Amino acid sequence: MDLQVLTYLMAGASFALYIGIALWSKASSTKEFYIAGGGVHPIANGMATAADWMSAASFISMAGIISFMGRDGSVYLMGWTGGYVLLALLLAPYLRKFGKFTVPDFIGDRYYSKTARFVAVLCLIFISFTYIAGQMRGVGIVFSRFLEVDINTGVIIGMLIVFFYAVLGGMKGITYTQVAQYCVLIFAYMVPAIFMSLLITGNPIPQLGFGSKLISEDIYLLDKLNAVLNDLGFNDYTESTKSKIDVFCITGALMAGTAGLPHVIVRFFTVPKVRDARASAGWALLFIAILYTAAPAVSSFSRLNFINTINSSSYETTPAWFKNWEDIGLISWVDKNKDGLIQYGPGSSLDPEKPFFTKERGASGERVVSNNLTQNENEIYIDRDIMVLANPEIANLPNWVIALVASGALAAALSTAAGLLLVISSSVSHDLMKKIFRPSITDRQELFLARVAAAIAICVAGIFGIYPPAFVAQVVAFAFGLAASSIFPALIMGIFSKRVNSIGAITGMISGLLFTASYIVFFKFISPEINTLDYWLFGISPEGIGVIGMLINFSFAIIISLFTKSPSENVIKLIDGIRSPR
Amino acid sequence: MKEKNPKNYWRANLIIIFSLLCIWFLASFGAGILFSDSLDKIKIGGFRLGFWFAQQGSILFFVIIIVVYCFLMNWLDKKYNVEES
Repeated sequence: MDLQVLTYLMAGASFALYIGIALWSKASSTKEFYIAGGGVHPIANGMATAADWMSAASFISMAGIISFMGRDGSVYLMGWTGGYVLLALLLAPYLRKFGKFTVPDFIGDRYYSKTARFVAVLCLIFISFTYIAGQMRGVGIVFSRFLEVDINTGVIIGMLIVFFYAVLGGMKGITYTQVAQYCVLIFAYMVPAIFMSLLITGNPIPQLGFGSKLISEDIYLLDKLNAVLNDLGFNDYTESTKSKIDVFCITGALMAGTAGLPHVIVRFFTVPKVRDARASAGWALLFIAILYTAAPAVSSFSRLNFINTINSSSYETTPAWFKNWEDIGLISWVDKNKDGLIQYGPGSSLDPEKPFFTKERGASGERVVSNNLTQNENEIYIDRDIMVLANPEIANLPNWVIALVASGALAAALSTAAGLLLVISSSVSHDLMKKIFRPSITDRQELFLARVAAAIAICVAGIFGIYPPAFVAQVVAFAFGLAASSIFPALIMGIFSKRVNSIGAITGMISGLLFTASYIVFFKFISPEINTLDYWLFGISPEGIGVIGMLINFSFAIIISLFTKSPSENVIKLIDGIRSPR
Repeated sequence: MKEKNPKNYWRANLIIIFSLLCIWFLASFGAGILFSDSLDKIKIGGFRLGFWFAQQGSILFFVIIIVVYCFLMNWLDKKYNVEES
């Protein structure tokens, strides 16, 4: 069957499933809207958390990034999973015992302060919108490449679907659609991974194929990859090029940031008991680990496949996928040495790095770019985001696998977008309106407000998708850095210290936040030209600076608390309460 | 006779968390970053050990750590009689 028809069928069937689930699980009270009534089974919550967490970045971009970074890409693998250990051991059980609706709820009550709650809401909204922008770009890429509709139409279709089940079903609708979305996305990720592993190493388990020998030669995959890359002038795939302190800090910031992400934390409010919260963190990480241990294998397979298919072949003989991705502007080729063959090598082929296409075609039929050429021999530009989507085509897999991957990518993007929209809407209706500005509203009014807030948030997210801010890639560091330096320490101290008081926590959050934000803004926006090792504080890049922000937050909060009044009896009672499951 | 003192429960809880976080640190920051160069000299199958920890092994350890934590805490809750009904 034709690829486009198949993709429409699969994506359409999955959308129908999500909408069906939404109709079946409509929320009728704020408790159902915010935390699905608090009765979700830990395994279901584990799946929902996994889908919530694994975004377009995990599904589409991560393996591609690792594919081109090699060993340096490990920070994402460790950082985005290690955070779950912190979440399970330090946060989930206690916040579940606290048992209210939102993350700012805990910060507001534990630090007995509307200011603290307000600061937490601001951090939460900023982090969540940053994240949503990325999801909408993912939806746009998938729609434009596989369904061949305009990116804007794609974003609007995505918005309508999310609107339908998030506004109607709230957390309850989202939870059960996320369970379905997890199944779709993990199946869609693993099928091509298994195919590729079989084709390259003969081992049906990609996680093991990663460490196996090739079918074609008596040499280990990773050794072969190192050799091939060395021939082209690259460093070893298995060697690190970054300094240890930077790798250490980036990993730390991603871990603490993961544990501090509000849309993940709030998932643990939906299970019935404290022991369920612990168990469901374990299930969530297990479900995530299936994809995350396959991702580095996919990265290495696809890098090898890519080089074997493209390098030293002529443009005319390249497979269809190469020209398709070139058509939507994510691949470019310039015949620098005029030999009619494609040469791939280290460094960026163009200046600036991203291609600007003219309307003309070159001697071999390739799209002509107006960029300056760089001095190196590399002739290829490839957007790292396309590797996972292009993999089935690069490996010559059947059309239904390609259609499946498209549906999986949509599931990953939509599930995360929905989870984020929900925490934004609940922090507006619950924390800002009910708890700060209009305490007198009834439950029904609050539920209505939550739906309105969700609807507005979807429109803002859609605008981000249609007019993607140029800084999307840069602000990802922001989301994790800010979560690590503001929300995460405030939650940890709120649970494990009885001495930290409101003034300490507020100063801590604000100082950690300001430090991290100004460091990132300085290097990413004000002076990007000096964003290099020589100018970084202690050699830590903006991606890793959240760790220092976190330490600043902890130190300020503890020192200031020691010189000011202890929290009251009531707060001590609250802390004792969350420390015991009963 | 079940122990009831909440202070002892909390102390035991902190010991469990601390020990597991040590393993967490060693499996990721330790084996995957700080000592990965020396571990890379050991090769198992196609994997250099430090590389394996950084890209797969640490994740495996994380899952095991949470599973062990769940069992230990369920046992501790029972011992101190603080389980939820």
